Amino acid sequence: MFFSPPVFLFISIHLSLRQCVGEEIWVDSRTVYIGHKEPPPGAEAYIPQRYPDNRIVSSKYTFWNFIPKNLFEQFRRIANFYFLVIFLVQLIIDTPTSPVTSGLPLFFVITVTAIKQGYEDWLRHKADCSINECPVDVVQRGKVVRTQSHKLRVGDIVVVREDETFPCDLILLSSSRHDGTCYVTTTSLDGESSHKVPGQEVDSLHATIECEQPQPDLYKFVGRINIYKDKEEPVARPLGAENLLLRGATLKNTHHIYGTVAVYTGMETKMALNYQSKSQKRSAVEKSMNAFLIVYLCILISKAVINTVLKYAWQWSPDRDEPWYNHRTENERQRHVVIRAFTDFLAFMVLFNYIIPVSMYVTVEMQKFLGSYFITWDEEMFDEELGEGAQVNTSDLNEELGQVEYVFTDKTGTLTENNMEFIECCVDGNVYIPHEHEDLFFRALCLCHTVQVKEEETVDGIKRGIHQGRPTSFYISSSPDEVALVEGMKRGLFLFARLELKPLKKINEHEKVSPSLCQDCLPFRFELLHVLNFDSVRRRMSVIVKSSSGEYLLFCKGADSSIFPRVVSGKVEQVKARVEQNAVEGLRTLCVAYKRLSHSEYEEACHHLTTAKLALQDREQRLAQAYDIIERDFVLLGATAVEDRLQEKAADTIESLHKAGMKVWVLTGDKMETAAATCYASKLFRRSTQILELTKKRTEEQSLHDVLFELNRTVLRQRSISGYEIMLSVDCLDFGLIIDGATLSAVLKPNQEGAGPGNYREIFLEICRNCSAVLCCRMAPLQKAQIVKLIKASKEHPITLAIGDGANDVSMILEAHVGIGIMGKEGRQAARNSDYAIPKFKHLKKMLLVHGHYYYIRIAELVQYFFYKNVCFIFPQFLYQFFCGFSQQPLYDTAYLTLYNISFTSLPILLYSLVEQHVTMETLKKDPSLYRDIAKNSLLRWPVFLYWTCLGVFDAVIFFFGAYFLFDNTTFTSNGQMFGNWTFGTLVFTVLVFTVTLKLALDTHHWTWINHFVIWGSLLFYVIFSLLWGGIIWPFLNYQRMYYVFMQMLSSGPAWLSIILLITVSLLPDVIKKVLCRTMCPTISSCCALSSPFSLLAAP
Amino acid sequence: MIGAMMASSYNEDGHITVSGPGGGTLRSKKPENTAFKQQRLPAWQPILTAGTVLPAFFIIGLIFIPIGIGLYVTSNNIKEFEIDYTGEDVSSPCFNCSQSFSWNSTRPCTCVIPFYLEQPYESSVFMYYGLSNFYQNHRRYVKSRDDSQLNGDMESLLKPSKECEPYAMNENKPIAPCGAIANSMFNDTFELFYNDPNGTKVQIPLSNTGIAWWTDKHVKFRNPGLNNPNLTAAFQGTTKPVNWRRPVYELDSAPDNNGFINEDFIVWMRTAALPTFRKLYRIINKTSNMVPTLPRGNYTLEVVYNYPVRSFDGRKRMILSTISWMGGKNPFLGIAYITVGSVCFFLGVVLLIIHHKCGNRSNSADISN
Repeated sequence: MFFSPPVFLFISIHLSLRQCVGEEIWVDSRTVYIGHKEPPPGAEAYIPQRYPDNRIVSSKYTFWNFIPKNLFEQFRRIANFYFLVIFLVQLIIDTPTSPVTSGLPLFFVITVTAIKQGYEDWLRHKADCSINECPVDVVQRGKVVRTQSHKLRVGDIVVVREDETFPCDLILLSSSRHDGTCYVTTTSLDGESSHKVPGQEVDSLHATIECEQPQPDLYKFVGRINIYKDKEEPVARPLGAENLLLRGATLKNTHHIYGTVAVYTGMETKMALNYQSKSQKRSAVEKSMNAFLIVYLCILISKAVINTVLKYAWQWSPDRDEPWYNHRTENERQRHVVIRAFTDFLAFMVLFNYIIPVSMYVTVEMQKFLGSYFITWDEEMFDEELGEGAQVNTSDLNEELGQVEYVFTDKTGTLTENNMEFIECCVDGNVYIPHEHEDLFFRALCLCHTVQVKEEETVDGIKRGIHQGRPTSFYISSSPDEVALVEGMKRGLFLFARLELKPLKKINEHEKVSPSLCQDCLPFRFELLHVLNFDSVRRRMSVIVKSSSGEYLLFCKGADSSIFPRVVSGKVEQVKARVEQNAVEGLRTLCVAYKRLSHSEYEEACHHLTTAKLALQDREQRLAQAYDIIERDFVLLGATAVEDRLQEKAADTIESLHKAGMKVWVLTGDKMETAAATCYASKLFRRSTQILELTKKRTEEQSLHDVLFELNRTVLRQRSISGYEIMLSVDCLDFGLIIDGATLSAVLKPNQEGAGPGNYREIFLEICRNCSAVLCCRMAPLQKAQIVKLIKASKEHPITLAIGDGANDVSMILEAHVGIGIMGKEGRQAARNSDYAIPKFKHLKKMLLVHGHYYYIRIAELVQYFFYKNVCFIFPQFLYQFFCGFSQQPLYDTAYLTLYNISFTSLPILLYSLVEQHVTMETLKKDPSLYRDIAKNSLLRWPVFLYWTCLGVFDAVIFFFGAYFLFDNTTFTSNGQMFGNWTFGTLVFTVLVFTVTLKLALDTHHWTWINHFVIWGSLLFYVIFSLLWGGIIWPFLNYQRMYYVFMQMLSSGPAWLSIILLITVSLLPDVIKKVLCRTMCPTISSCCALSSPFSLLAAP
Repeated sequence: MIGAMMASSYNEDGHITVSGPGGGTLRSKKPENTAFKQQRLPAWQPILTAGTVLPAFFIIGLIFIPIGIGLYVTSNNIKEFEIDYTGEDVSSPCFNCSQSFSWNSTRPCTCVIPFYLEQPYESSVFMYYGLSNFYQNHRRYVKSRDDSQLNGDMESLLKPSKECEPYAMNENKPIAPCGAIANSMFNDTFELFYNDPNGTKVQIPLSNTGIAWWTDKHVKFRNPGLNNPNLTAAFQGTTKPVNWRRPVYELDSAPDNNGFINEDFIVWMRTAALPTFRKLYRIINKTSNMVPTLPRGNYTLEVVYNYPVRSFDGRKRMILSTISWMGGKNPFLGIAYITVGSVCFFLGVVLLIIHHKCGNRSNSADISN
């Protein structure tokens, strides 16, 4: 349930290790007794350990602890806590407003959140329940017993059938397949494998498994199995991640597997350990929102302090403090003046607390949550081939998509299809020309891979391929390069090695399947002895095989940089030349080499490998060492070239990103030439781009220091010549930088000379700042994250976005402000760790230019508007204190105070923030430069914030003094009767609600029927509510101050006239500002809106 | 031959390369193509530009200015006369009364204030009393009342809400009506005389009905003991507010203006918004079309001076005013309308100029692009 749809990934390794006994003693490990059998006497003491049962608990709450725990969680949020404090203050001291005014919104917010969380938790409970109660077959005393999943215990032997998911983390003991392997589908796991225990009846197996304690890394498992035979030394065999079947994965292509033994159960499974919330990324908008909040908090406190001080200054004369008509109670009189002043301060705080909008957090959260659906709903971001659309893993960063300044992209699988096609091979420098080494070369290619063969007509129920009705086979591998090579070999073999096709194919089929069957000794039959797996640090892989003639051979293939240094003979020069030529054409090249091993060498290698594999600690490191020792002194065989085509519209996307003012960096592990060719093809570099090189080749000639300074001078000179203005425009000469991993690490290395002139980091950043495109080649995965971090920390603090598809991109995806995963062919890890996942690179364009832009302007307006409307709301109340003797008399009725934020003005802004489109989607897509309009958080900067606040204050002053002068000492009705303070407040409030709503209407550029409905509907709701609220003597209230106030007000002509006048005056400055801004200094988007054919009111 | 053999064997085994995603799910997760989900709802997209706003400004100007003029003229036609009778000045007729005020004096102090109306008041005239520096909107004061007691609730009558403190109980008896507002009810009385040129002094009839809101008098305020004609019995067990001279059931002789539904009382109970306020006291109804309600000439106002304002530097006024459809004299509204209308008109002109200039500029910019 936590994994996305399946992707087939197979790695199968047959281990034919001799017995080896590990000698290490480790602490953090557990011993699992298979089938709960005690080890024979003489072995380690049987210490029964306690493990959790296999119950999965993803739910947070139980029925009993829901209320306290949920409340606790909610009040840990600072905003909720603030309102709780206000509420408690209102309960304790005598405050101007009843506790209801803050209690009800708080209750509303808390309840809504609690219901949402409760519902989600209920769903989780249900899911847990169905998982925990699903039936599982367990072998007990030689019989298969059906039990429930949650009753599984560590050490149980479990039977899993095809298409069943594994109920917990299991170690494979035996499989129904004759080769003892099984296939697992999941998107998240990179491999599976088998461990067969030959000649052992599962039930009678007497063994223990020692393994590390649970840890969340899916790709790591270290353990060993000790098999006890009668009176023999226990047999120990290594267990790695390839032996572990993870909970959540599904068994495929295998009828059943027997005797898997549970090692991690319940909450200790890797899946459960992985199911934790990721690190919290906060968007720039959220940061400015919090800054604004602090400003408002300061305003609030200073308002309260000012009023308290003024109150006591004003009350200095006792006739003002306590005139004869308005005495204090005896209790109050006896209170100490300090306590009284403090109470007054708190009362003012309570009176003005609405300036911090309680509902803003809820609205922002709802906006983000609901708004993110538009991404998943987007049809244009749906990929037919993949059958998937965009995915939103966190909705917290929606608006950050509109703020991106730096894009870091992976090359393979992101810019390119990762759909490899075998183009050519070069054997000993001769392209396609037979040679004595040729056999060996192709043999190497056919053997040195981890491709699996799947023989089935249907895969996951979908008929694939053209061979309908006939059994078909697929090559399936975790690396597309290998598939391309093997398939290329098949094609190639028709041309060059026809006679060998059949046996080779057989090898392809059977080498992995069952080497033990290869005993009929056909000429090209090999027994696969070891696989030295590929990893991105070594950048190569090897196999050790035993040919039918009993010869031991080691074949190795890998990146040229990792092969050439290890080659001792072969036609290095020719191959090198060919490799470079291919790279320039943008082909991916691999070099192939081999070495013959004598039996003793083989034994030694074997020893190295087994000791390393049996190690429970530092296994990775030891393996790397072992590989290093084994993989040397090669004979170069040749090189292959595989083409990886660009993804469709990749060039268009990059061009748009450039126009939108983003700097695009390509980070790849490929060769510089290959990568540069791709960059030209994808228009990252144009013909006009001046390429600056910062590569190892160059730094070998000059010192790094000189190169850096020279480049910096070039960049700066250009800027001073062309002038700053032109630098900003798109079409002028721009720079592209190419840097490789080695130089980068040299640049980033802290300078030994201290803070001398050679602070390379700063110079490097300065150069980068002036380059619109940067290509980093030969990068290690960690360097990708490093470079993102470097840019993030540079002094402008730009917003970064990282996009990638492979596991090696995860670190940068996690590091960048926004991480985007491509649902690629190299598994789902990137997509799972990302904030957003998209099917193709081209979708990035719409994601940023349209969705990002919209989300940003929506949330910016939401935040600004929320503060604005609360300034309008509270500032008149502040002014009123000067006219009521600083007595904390509220201007508005309790109901208005309570409902203003939660119902009168909440829906229009929420809806606005969901559907507003200031320009049409087509325009945004057509003109990427619009993205620059909102760059650098432009709508939430301090001047804009100040404008909104001033507008709020201005409106508030208009409301209050407008009403004040109208009310001042005059009659308002045609029958001579007078109005009181509540009518005064209601008049201000009516003007307030209308102004604030109409202000939003003025800001709305996109009036759908929903906007009309909500805006006019909420105004109507206000009127109807007021009529109702004042129309009845409410029996449950102890005051009837609002009785008929609203109707009386509406029956007075001057009240109508003044409401209209005040609304007009309040809206006037904003309209003028809008018109002037549009006319005098139009932004690009406003121009586009004007020229848009959809606008009905556009100027002639 | 060999080639054909190979090909056939290839077909038999039928290898097809599949890498990476092997299948995917059958059910399509393709999003629905609805206008809402694709954010393509039909929409009206108004844009505020000089061109579009211009007419609006002119229209606002054209509407507001006449309204403003109308309001201003109406306001100017309203006649209002105001007289301050606080008695701060030694020369003031009420000086003595204001100086000699004491809470427990039994003999009312009366002062007589002569004044001259320069214009005849044609229609009905409304007589107000005005107070300054009186904080009826003080929080402690505003909440010091018990609405359910005033609504005739027997329970609240005998057990006033604690909001009324310290004006809830007196000598262990509940105060009716309780609270600071009721306790400080305005108790000066006015009598108005017209000094006929022939020397006679004609008392002008002052009507005390219709001065409070109809809903207040008939719904919000009710005497306790439903339909009990004997108010004295209904208020049994309560005591009068400390500062009152008479109990609440003796406010007026007319039964429909007595007790809590006394209109003077109701008017006072509607707390004013600002510290300077006026409240309707009496109405001088128009009697005939021929004679002005208040002809030009000399008048005498006789005030029974009971209400102390000196302690808080307060002021007391008596106001006579006629009323139009837009209420009393208030030039502010008219002036505001005229100003806003003119500003809009002016802005319209400015925008027109800007629009003209910049419109040309942007057009040429478009062409150059």
